[in-house]
Amino acid sequence: MSSVPTNHALILAAALFVLGALGVMTRRNLVFVLMSVEIMLNAAAVAFVAAAAKWRQPDGQVIVIFILVVAAAEVAVGLSLLLRIYHNWKSVDVDEVSLMRG
Amino acid sequence: MNALFYVSGGIGIIAGVMVVTGKNVMHALINLVVLLLAIASVFFCLGAPFVAVLQIVIYAGAIMVLFVFVVMMLNLGREAEEQERNWLSSVFWRVPAVLAAVLLAQFVVTLAGREAAPMAGVIGPKAVGRSLYTDYLIGVELASLLLLAGLVAAFRLGFLPGRLERDDE
Repeated sequence: MSSVPTNHALILAAALFVLGALGVMTRRNLVFVLMSVEIMLNAAAVAFVAAAAKWRQPDGQVIVIFILVVAAAEVAVGLSLLLRIYHNWKSVDVDEVSLMRG
Repeated sequence: MNALFYVSGGIGIIAGVMVVTGKNVMHALINLVVLLLAIASVFFCLGAPFVAVLQIVIYAGAIMVLFVFVVMMLNLGREAEEQERNWLSSVFWRVPAVLAAVLLAQFVVTLAGREAAPMAGVIGPKAVGRSLYTDYLIGVELASLLLLAGLVAAFRLGFLPGRLERDDE
């Protein structure tokens, strides 16, 4: 069907992953941090699909389905924690929530 | 088909930059939806139509609705946008950007040097489903356990004490 080189798909995955990591490192708003984590998960999914296409095995796509499951659970727990933090501190700044001296 | 891959990959990267550097939470969420849809079409180009459809239905459909609801509950106004602008223009941005650029350059140099073997062929839902329910059956069970744990945790954490009293006022 397509003849995209594996390199290019992996470079796309790397670019998205680095972008997400940059967001996690620099943003202080917890909503943006969670969104950047989503970008990183999607970058991993792109790499897995590229590997599945290269070796013509379905295993990579199965792992992407598991990534979807992990993302759903992570978002549910992360967003409820976010609501809890906002309820307690009236802020979504990750630097303000430093009770554990992190 | 090749052109579709490069165009949607480019759209994905641009949308990702706009998410990471965004000021308004709602605009960033919409950009994130664009990124997820672009990645879905990348999946389609890489011969994974089943995962592409799942990406649209679950990610862009369900997970993003969760995000949108929570952002609407937070009700961040204009002052939050101002605050974001102050945070973004600070020195925090520089060192991580340089580190990320070095990491990306490493990836690109490593990957671009290899021979570009083209991939071909579609792996349909049938093969994926068979593999999922034979080789990865224990993974499916663990995924269901993980989702149950996430459900319980979200239910417990989402129950805010004091919410009822505030409604009475």
